[in-house]
Amino acid sequence: MSRFEVVKTGASASGDQPSTQKKLSHRGEPANPSVQAMQQKFGGAVKRAEVIWGETVVYVEPASVHDIIRWLHDDPSQRYDFLSDVTAVEYRDSEVPIEVVWHLRSLPFRRFLRVKSQIPKGQPLEIASVYDIYRSADWLERECYDMFGIRFRGHPDLRRILMWEQYKEGFPLRKDFPLRGRFSRSEQLRQALAQNPEARYSMEELTIADAFAELPNDMRERLSKGERTGE
Amino acid sequence: MGLSAPDRRTVSYAPESQEGWVATRLDFLVNWARANSLWPMPFGTACCAIEFMATAASDFDLARFGMERMSFSPRQADVLICAGRVPFKLAPIIRRIWQQMPQPKWSISMGACASTGGMFDNYAVVQGIDTIIPVDVYVPGCPPRPEGLIYGIRMLQEKVKNERAADKGTRDEMEPDPSSQLYIPPSVIDELGEPFGNSVNQTRSGL
Repeated sequence: MSRFEVVKTGASASGDQPSTQKKLSHRGEPANPSVQAMQQKFGGAVKRAEVIWGETVVYVEPASVHDIIRWLHDDPSQRYDFLSDVTAVEYRDSEVPIEVVWHLRSLPFRRFLRVKSQIPKGQPLEIASVYDIYRSADWLERECYDMFGIRFRGHPDLRRILMWEQYKEGFPLRKDFPLRGRFSRSEQLRQALAQNPEARYSMEELTIADAFAELPNDMRERLSKGERTGE
Repeated sequence: MGLSAPDRRTVSYAPESQEGWVATRLDFLVNWARANSLWPMPFGTACCAIEFMATAASDFDLARFGMERMSFSPRQADVLICAGRVPFKLAPIIRRIWQQMPQPKWSISMGACASTGGMFDNYAVVQGIDTIIPVDVYVPGCPPRPEGLIYGIRMLQEKVKNERAADKGTRDEMEPDPSSQLYIPPSVIDELGEPFGNSVNQTRSGL
């Protein structure tokens, strides 16, 4: 079976056509129905949920994140087929744990769910990668690693993505990172000039040959006739 | 109608013992040709590049000053126009583009960010491209209006028109220090990157 299928937006949603909601209250809007299903399925691994400005936030145990997101993606009553962001939040107070945030969207049900998981400080910041569920997690998790230093277990290619790979100063979005960086300007410039700009790309990034079998049929036909993309 | 002595007011740079009327007139001809056919290599990274595009478009018409053709290959370019902020990750790239340009070459640093780092006094942005490549003209502004850029280009043309073929030093390729790859001493770079204004409360740890 092809990895791709055509999804009609809102095909499984009940109710009216989508419209921008107005006059949302800060708290007390109805929660995303997925939360109740998650609590029934996973019990204590789903710690709490809150609704802020109509958007549902679910806090889950770090150990169960992968199972829960796998279920949200696969279950026919959920079908969260689009991972729009993976990021992290570090709070000002040092005792507050770092949160990793996944933004999930279900195109057939027109639902949005924000899943958060708290990693305590004082131990290696590690959490399971969702790369095997969503390919789009690849660069998102790399960015999160680059900026926060959170290691995603199971990511196939966890390198820095915004800073260059030999960057030695740490993780820029952490609260203990000084705005101007740790090194002096001349040392920063020396290290920047020592990087090799052409050593950044892996072979997978330079070729789509490996992914040919997974492309949709029409694109495969067009490519096999010799049609080329831009460039 | 015989040969007359050159006007001392306009060619006062020529030592009489070394250069004569022919050399100065040849300089004048070569510089006139160079100054009016500068091909720019646009290195646009931010909003300054939008103003640069406006400068090249019909209203301001950069072609009036001999910049008809944008040279997107550094090998056929005469002047590097760096329009926008340069992050550290781009530092070796702009250095390589500069080294790929053949002599004679000039460079314009367009806007506050390219010249000083501007408001981006942070871990990611180079504090002035003059720490990476030599710069001939700085154009202030955030971003500069097209008139500002044209004024900078006219200043560069004045500079080109006053060069002398006999002065070999102006056309020498600057070689960076082999160990650090820097043109200017590290202490000078640190001094240029010192915080100022509202940002003095920011601290730096280590090194």
